Amino acid sequence: MFPMMPAILRNFFSKRATRRYPPMTREPFAEVRGELKNEGSVCTLCGVCAVKCPSQCIVVDKKNATWQWDPFACVYCGVCVDSCKTGSLRQEPLYRKAATGREIVSVKIVLKEQTK
Amino acid sequence: MPVSTIPFGPQHPVLPEPIHLKLTVEDEVIKEVVPALGYVHRGLEKLAGTRDFHQMVQIVERVCGICSMMHAMCYCECVEAMMGIETPPRARYLRLIWSELNRLHSHLLWLGLFADSFGFESLFMQFWKIREKVMDLQEATAGNRVIVSVNVIGGLRRDLSPEQQQTILNILDRVEDEMRLLEKPLLGDYTVMKRTKGKGIVSAARALELGCVGPTLRGSGVAQDMRQLGYEAYGDLAFEPRVEKDGDCYSRLKVRYREVFQSIDLIRQAMEKIPAGEIAAVVKGRPEGEGLARVEQPRGEVFYYVKADGKKYLERIRIRTPTFANVPVLLAMLPGMCLSDVPVIVLSIDPCISCTER
Repeated sequence: MFPMMPAILRNFFSKRATRRYPPMTREPFAEVRGELKNEGSVCTLCGVCAVKCPSQCIVVDKKNATWQWDPFACVYCGVCVDSCKTGSLRQEPLYRKAATGREIVSVKIVLKEQTK
Repeated sequence: MPVSTIPFGPQHPVLPEPIHLKLTVEDEVIKEVVPALGYVHRGLEKLAGTRDFHQMVQIVERVCGICSMMHAMCYCECVEAMMGIETPPRARYLRLIWSELNRLHSHLLWLGLFADSFGFESLFMQFWKIREKVMDLQEATAGNRVIVSVNVIGGLRRDLSPEQQQTILNILDRVEDEMRLLEKPLLGDYTVMKRTKGKGIVSAARALELGCVGPTLRGSGVAQDMRQLGYEAYGDLAFEPRVEKDGDCYSRLKVRYREVFQSIDLIRQAMEKIPAGEIAAVVKGRPEGEGLARVEQPRGEVFYYVKADGKKYLERIRIRTPTFANVPVLLAMLPGMCLSDVPVIVLSIDPCISCTER
């Protein structure tokens, strides 16, 4: 007679399926491919990440010793992290927050030879 | 009766993606349909000239978000066959598991959208609530919610730990349980049957003649499924295509509803048999010559053609997506139907327009 009734009753007695998003967030999963981070002291500016990136969102400037990442062009595939030989690149399990303007993340790299 | 022309789409409440149908109607009965495509063409095939063949994996994943795993898998299979690479057995099983998870969430998405197309909003929400569990599984195992991006040429980039495998099985038990609860409201409901039974009928012979694929073809009684080819690990598992005889919207609905359970069953079988070992083979050199690959997507057979001349960039890549094959049969379904049935019939082939136009 009422085919939907079992599902409705179950919904009444189970916890909510949604959450009030901006104030309430879920714990991120451990292996999520989120925001890209570069460890400035480990990076050697080899440029493999920039070559491998399918969306060409990384620019490695050896002259000025900067590593630049455009988070709005990035597709978060993680190919750069997989190809990074020094292990300086990693992805945080958190997604970037909504933004009002476009920005490019720039990391100043301190090469080991220079610190010696 | 005077004849009038009514535009359906490209923007229409029932359409998730833009397709334009020029409907010629006489007293609200469809006489002729002329489609117009090209609203979301992105030129992804052309990118083969500027991205090397490893980077193309991420490009083809973006042909379609919903079945991204199968696009990448099909492309990788094609290039692997050209280069003579044998993928490790574990990678073949893992690809199967992820592609069935993709099929699960795609079918759940469609079941929700289809319920929405005939105005059953609460059923739509129920299906999408279940789908969220599968999306979470993909996010937890592969790292991304929709475009899982696990494929590379030669195998996979991610492995499944025993704990992750157990989580998948546990959550799939709950998905199955909740899906059983929705069988009656979906398939036994008077309104649903009234809106879908006898609508958009296409016979088996006509469907085959028009080159129809996937659940649309199986809904007409033809037991054709590309998974029968035994690509990846499908050859090792017990598998029977789900077929319904009537060829109407209700049959196609039933096929997809039953395929959800089939996907859950295939993942369980794969989890039992999955061998240990490497997940990716070593890739050396560049592809040369021509290659073809076919894979069953949630919407039907996808076809990849790759031509390469041993250089860094591929010479040509051609993708034939399932919706492209199903548009002619959609045009054959519509004449003779009432104008109010058009949204339901259009949705019944599960149109994926961004796939079709690439």
